[in-house]
Amino acid sequence: MKRYAYINDDGSSQELYRDNRISNTKYTLLNFLPKNLWEQFSRFMNQYFLLIACLQLWPLITPVNPASTWGPLIFIFAVSATKEAWDDYNRYVSDKKANEREVWVVKNGIKKLIQAQNIRVGNIVWLRENDEVPCDLVLMGTSDAQGLCYVETSALDGETDLKTRVVPPACMGIDAELLQKIKGVIECPSPDRDIRRFDGNLRLFPPFIDTDVCPLTIKNTLLQTCYLRNTEWACGVAIYTGNETKLGMSRGVPEPKLTAVDAMIDKLTGAIFIFQIVVVIVLGVAGNIWKDTEARKQWYVKYPDEGPWYELLVIPLRFELLCSIMIPISIKVSLDLVKSLYAKFIDWDEKMIDQETITPAHATNTAISEDLGQVEYILTDKTGTLTENKMIFRRCCISGVFYGNESGDALKDPELLSAIETGSPDVIRFLTIMAIGNAVIPVQSKIGAIQYKALSPDEDALVQAAAKLQMIFVDRTANILEIRFNGRTIHYEVLETLEFTSDRKKMSVVIKDNNTGKIFLLTKGADEAILPCADAGQQTRIFTEAVEQYSQLGLRTLCFAWRELMADEYHEWSLVFKEANSTLVDREWRIAEACQRIEHDFEVLGVSAIEDHLQDGVPETIETLRKAGINFWMLTGDKQNTAVQIALSCNFISPEPKGQLLMIDGKTEDEVCRSLERVLLTMRITTSKPKDVAFVIDGWALEIALKHYKKAFTDLAILSRTAICCRVTPSQKAQLVEILKSCDYRTLAIGDGGNDVRMIQQADIGVGISGREGLQAARAADYSICKFRFLTRLILVHGRYSYNRTAFLSQYSFYKSLLICFIQIFFSFVSGMSGTSLFNSVSLMAYNVFYTSIPVLVSVLDKDLSEETVMQHPQILFYCQAGRLLNPSTFAGWFGRSLFHAVVVFTISLNAHAYEKSEMEELSMVALSGCVWLQAFVVTMETNSFTILQHLAIWGNLVAFYALNFAFSALPSSGMYTIMFRLCGQPSYWFTIFLIVLAGMGPIFALKYFRYTYRPSKINVLQQAERMGGPILSLGTIESQPRTVEREVSTLSIAQSKSRSPVYEPLLSDSPNTRRSLGAGGTFEFFQSQMRLSSVYSRNCKDN
Amino acid sequence: MENTDTSTSTVRRNSKRPRYSKFTQQELPACKPILTPRWVISAFMLISIVFIPIGVAALFASRDVVEIVDRYDSECIPANETDKVKYIQTPGEKSCNRTLTVPKRMKPPIFVYYQLDNFYQNHRRYVKSRNDQQLRDSKEANSVSGCKPEDFNNGSVIVPCGLIAWSLFNDTYSLSRNNITLNVSKKDISWKSDREHKFGKDVYPKNFQSGGLIGGGILDPNIPLSEQEDLIVWMRTAALPNFRKLYGKMEVELQENDVIDVTLGNNYNTYSFNGKKKLVLSTTSWLGGKNDFLGIAYLTVGGLCFFLAMAFTVVYLVKPRQLGDPSYLSWNRNPGWR
Repeated sequence: MKRYAYINDDGSSQELYRDNRISNTKYTLLNFLPKNLWEQFSRFMNQYFLLIACLQLWPLITPVNPASTWGPLIFIFAVSATKEAWDDYNRYVSDKKANEREVWVVKNGIKKLIQAQNIRVGNIVWLRENDEVPCDLVLMGTSDAQGLCYVETSALDGETDLKTRVVPPACMGIDAELLQKIKGVIECPSPDRDIRRFDGNLRLFPPFIDTDVCPLTIKNTLLQTCYLRNTEWACGVAIYTGNETKLGMSRGVPEPKLTAVDAMIDKLTGAIFIFQIVVVIVLGVAGNIWKDTEARKQWYVKYPDEGPWYELLVIPLRFELLCSIMIPISIKVSLDLVKSLYAKFIDWDEKMIDQETITPAHATNTAISEDLGQVEYILTDKTGTLTENKMIFRRCCISGVFYGNESGDALKDPELLSAIETGSPDVIRFLTIMAIGNAVIPVQSKIGAIQYKALSPDEDALVQAAAKLQMIFVDRTANILEIRFNGRTIHYEVLETLEFTSDRKKMSVVIKDNNTGKIFLLTKGADEAILPCADAGQQTRIFTEAVEQYSQLGLRTLCFAWRELMADEYHEWSLVFKEANSTLVDREWRIAEACQRIEHDFEVLGVSAIEDHLQDGVPETIETLRKAGINFWMLTGDKQNTAVQIALSCNFISPEPKGQLLMIDGKTEDEVCRSLERVLLTMRITTSKPKDVAFVIDGWALEIALKHYKKAFTDLAILSRTAICCRVTPSQKAQLVEILKSCDYRTLAIGDGGNDVRMIQQADIGVGISGREGLQAARAADYSICKFRFLTRLILVHGRYSYNRTAFLSQYSFYKSLLICFIQIFFSFVSGMSGTSLFNSVSLMAYNVFYTSIPVLVSVLDKDLSEETVMQHPQILFYCQAGRLLNPSTFAGWFGRSLFHAVVVFTISLNAHAYEKSEMEELSMVALSGCVWLQAFVVTMETNSFTILQHLAIWGNLVAFYALNFAFSALPSSGMYTIMFRLCGQPSYWFTIFLIVLAGMGPIFALKYFRYTYRPSKINVLQQAERMGGPILSLGTIESQPRTVEREVSTLSIAQSKSRSPVYEPLLSDSPNTRRSLGAGGTFEFFQSQMRLSSVYSRNCKDN
Repeated sequence: MENTDTSTSTVRRNSKRPRYSKFTQQELPACKPILTPRWVISAFMLISIVFIPIGVAALFASRDVVEIVDRYDSECIPANETDKVKYIQTPGEKSCNRTLTVPKRMKPPIFVYYQLDNFYQNHRRYVKSRNDQQLRDSKEANSVSGCKPEDFNNGSVIVPCGLIAWSLFNDTYSLSRNNITLNVSKKDISWKSDREHKFGKDVYPKNFQSGGLIGGGILDPNIPLSEQEDLIVWMRTAALPNFRKLYGKMEVELQENDVIDVTLGNNYNTYSFNGKKKLVLSTTSWLGGKNDFLGIAYLTVGGLCFFLAMAFTVVYLVKPRQLGDPSYLSWNRNPGWR
């Protein structure tokens, strides 16, 4: 599908496409109620509650006033509807603001100020400096003579540097006055969401130069929400408007993520629902039998002889309503509430603020904090995530001479400096490519200092380094580049730029030396992309070795090459290139093909090595999280050697002989299959050995493995705790996440760049690093943090606490509902199975909404262990990972507890208030007070740390219970008039309550003490150790002793500045633990020595 | 805290930095108790020390209460009657004489109760079959919602409506000692709040028990509901199928071995559902009537706590266990995960 935008055509063609009204709202005033209700009722729980509420409207069967269900139900619906409405209203307001912003637009040949929403496709929009672009435009003219303008795209892709946009050649140089009357047509694809690509064509109508079709690229566009910078004015033709802009199309509501805890709660709810149905059927049948045998004799009940047809259903339905409170209506609200508080705690956390930029962490998704505590796999990007993405030029190899090897800094290498001094041609060419073989824009500030605006940090590092080596890139004016070398000014004209793509892995510029008129092709790129294209006569072995050597040091390498072009050759090629550039179909592929025609027979100049610093605390973070039983996979687009070296230096994998790297490689299906099987076999054998086995796979092999051997690869994924995947594409990253997810592992993906977005969205939890590569990842992520090391705190502190708290809160919610429900069930046994409710409507409603919800809400402040203890013993995370605190068996415990408490409350209050005291209202209040008191003590017992707020909530709630009931008792019209006053005046009431509390809590307390002391869980032991005040003997000190021996024999320690002992934990304790026996006589040694390893690498490189 | 350094807080507000507080950092000072053996054992000990005396006191209080219970439902049927239900349903005087012997001195006030067993006042159909508005307010005489099937009689409203009122207990007792009638006061046997606020002073029975089927007692249409104390007592429905309701109070002292003659009007039908009827004379204590449950329960719980305290002490002495022993922490040893 194509669309045609007729420039300045005020006729009917405008009506073809929508206006520029932006609308992000989900609802309108009219459809809000039905749409919102429909959405809410698509959830099972809500349907259930609605059904119950509707049944309650039938007075024959309802045991209590319908208000007891309708009240909370309406409340819950109102709360979430209000939240939705508020969010939507805010969206509406911001839309309105954007829509009513005034912009200059040419209408009927006259420039007018109109509201942004009235822009139509084909209108020419005029922007001034610092204006926001109202819709997607094709640039037609700027104040700049060269047709350039600068835009800031941070709102679009998060990149903060300025980007240049250029007027298409056809419109170049048209006068501003004329532009208002220009006519033409732009042919462009239907709206899509790709903000990096735009393939269009422009044709101007007479009297304007009606020559060729002029191709348009993303370089000629101004996209919505960008800002015009450093340019006086610019104007453009609207091509996509309103919600059809690139930004508007990429907007979308992501699928809500469901946490493991939520899934478990749903499962438990289902179980309770089934239990409830069983109870209802049993009681219903029993009730009907009792009715027919006994109740007919009870003359005072006056059962009619002939009942209506539905008579058999009446009693079961009554029980259904009586038991409906088994599923707590408040649980959803409480959970939503505490979850948003968890998120707030993350936002507020001072310890996760980056001190450099003062950026706090942020939880975008407020609903999945518990999942953080259950992470089993972390998939991490390398560049910018583990490393700082702050590139520094360190070494280089020019024409076989290594610079910077001694000092580690080529900029200070006297040999290089003297080579520059003497003007060695290779060195100068090398520096020239460093300085201008890029898309960097120098910005000269008023005091004369030059700042570089670079897209990639590598280019930035190269340009900066070149400047320090006297090759200063001064100015880029249109196609003319100005550099200053040793005080001399040289001008180059850029003829073509062959941009970097991840497929080509190189970028080139074609330049013309203005002095000599010679044309050069300057190329830089990955070694495997450059070296094979080298001139046949040149020896490239030295460069391969240099690449090898540098990447072993964990440095990023780039190869530099050049070639002089004959004028004929260039002109011939440039036609091909132009044509490729203006195709609409498969443009990318056509361009790549065109590039290939010129990028050959290079003379390779040298190799540069750029260091990418590890972020602070990365090795420690990885070690701590490993100890916590989390497995790490590194997914990177970088090459194998670099990845392995970085992995070594940040403790990701262990050096020989403790660690073992297994390669999966191969170019064909067979090779990959064989190597995969070999690795699988080794893995299976070594799982019982004290070895850190990791596998390494590259993108090519991964592609084959995922396509043809998915099962084997999945098996491997389950077995391996560490993996390095190099040269992977964004979609492969997402596929890997998908594989781990399909094995039922909780995955966390962390990354910082646009290429991690898919992986982040795919994973159970996406964490974005708000770093140098822009905010794109952070925006798509559920959590954004500034530094990798904050991950420890995010998982171990916030994730763990959230999980613990939610586990308690949800089970407690079921417990309290079951308790009151069991009492109702027991009561039905003494009330002739007729479905009488012991409690009145007010009490039932208040029980769920007030008496029991407030104390438990403060459990969000509960901390079972202090943060320091958790950090020292990250292994404790196991309890969360394996879901030890919320699973069917813990739930069974709570179920049993509620049954036990119901028996206690029921028997004691029934027997203590027997005979002359057995008045219905009184007995109901005694039982209710018993329940409320027990609640207070249950919460107290399950709380690990009491802050003032907890005391306030627990005991204040008890006081409030009495205050509220005294208030009800003072109303003559209420059913329980004077009841509470009477009760509180009786000593027997207080003795009964006292008895209920102790009989209910005593055994539980004793059991807890016994377990706590004689069968302590690890959490208990740590609690005791922490609170006894004694020094906590860290197990690390005990266990690291045998490892120190190993460390001495470790051979590979190049980048291992801080040698550490990573401790693996059996993930799901499925492997027999012979780890401590250090398997001295390992018979099976499938270990590739470092020599072999590197030879394999170099072979790979050559293959590439 | 916020006011002391306004300068830094403004700086903070300008940046995205959140404001520091103990709450937002989850660092509120907290007390973290742990269950040390000493603490737990003394807690259980303390409970048993408190509970056992209370239990003894409660048991004594219950034992002090003198109670005479006389089941009369089957004895009050003439021996020659085979069909008890038919007997009770035939109208007419059905009097019956019972003799009670006082086992122990009974101090006034002595409460006279009737006890019904197997009578489900808490039945779903029954317990809701009343209308509080109608009882309270003469203007609301027509509100009979919920009273079915005892709401209308031949088209006119029944006051008080509903099954509860309709089935009012109507056995009568007259007590005498040595042929001297003992005065059983029927005044103030109901709750004061009920008389004053729940049953109207100007609400008079209307159409009551005038239908085809007569349930229980009849009410004097000239006495307002607020003074019909038997009805008020009856309408405080019992939560259990076995219950006692106050019939009257006696302000005389009964001596040990006194013989009391009771003349019963046996009118109420419990025969069709095998219910029991009992006459109860009882004194009262600070804990209420005769009920050993609280005393026994307190003694049991106290005893159990004592036993637990002892058991924990023994275990603690025999097998002392260091709390927080890191040797339990070994993550790599055979994991005793629980």
